[in-house]
Amino acid sequence: MSVQRNELLPVRTPNDIVAVRQHVRALAIELGFSLVDQTKMVTAASELARNTLTHGGGGTARIEVTAANARRGLRMTFEDRGKGIADVDMAMRDGYSTAGGLGLGLSGTRRLMNEFELQSKPGEGTRVSVIRWR
Amino acid sequence: MERIPILKMGEFLLVTIQVDMHDRLAMQLQDDLTERIAATGARGVLIDISALEMVDSFIGRMIANIAGMARVLDAQTVVTGMQPAVAITLVELGLTLAGVRTALNVERGMTLLRSLIHEDDGVIAHDAVVESEDADVGAEE
Repeated sequence: MSVQRNELLPVRTPNDIVAVRQHVRALAIELGFSLVDQTKMVTAASELARNTLTHGGGGTARIEVTAANARRGLRMTFEDRGKGIADVDMAMRDGYSTAGGLGLGLSGTRRLMNEFELQSKPGEGTRVSVIRWR
Repeated sequence: MERIPILKMGEFLLVTIQVDMHDRLAMQLQDDLTERIAATGARGVLIDISALEMVDSFIGRMIANIAGMARVLDAQTVVTGMQPAVAITLVELGLTLAGVRTALNVERGMTLLRSLIHEDDGVIAHDAVVESEDADVGAEE
């Protein structure tokens, strides 16, 4: 898998969530994703960016264009140095929320993307990486 | 401060969301709409989201909250114009907007709102009739 483009965006304020969404939208259009795929990626970006902000206390979003086996894809990696996730299995369940939300952020995002990877250590932070292939 | 305008038309409040909303703007709309329903005694709220290119769980929750609060304040809510790509994504995300009435466009939304309000009024009128019938029966006995 090779990385063709790579951009690091801050996720520190609610306005940053909007900026991440817009960046992902522009890149998805450029890569020729369908409207439905664009919408899925932008929605996933929004969910993950909000997690980074509300649960992780802020962090970064890395947006990359990757290529593997003659296919191109969009990878988004959200990273924070927050309190981490104590129970990852629990956090991945539909309807589980520690912030009074709907509990669809992680489980729902997984359904919107092709690949989903979550690493988290209590007290050290969380890293979520997702890919959608064209 | 940035705000989404709320228009009053007869007994209805109309909102069209035209911008990519940040979280505070969504919260502000929720507060503003609830206040306006109470202040104007509006019976129906129509929210057009045809310009929205994305609805995530936060905005979805806001829409559900507005519908819930409006209901408690004796008003009906209809959401109109959701883009097909947004609908597909929303359902895959796991959000079904249970309890929120939707219509394909503003025109159908207004028709739906009117019928929902008449239904409400109809139920009240019907209850009143039943009560008076009960009273009649009691009198005969």
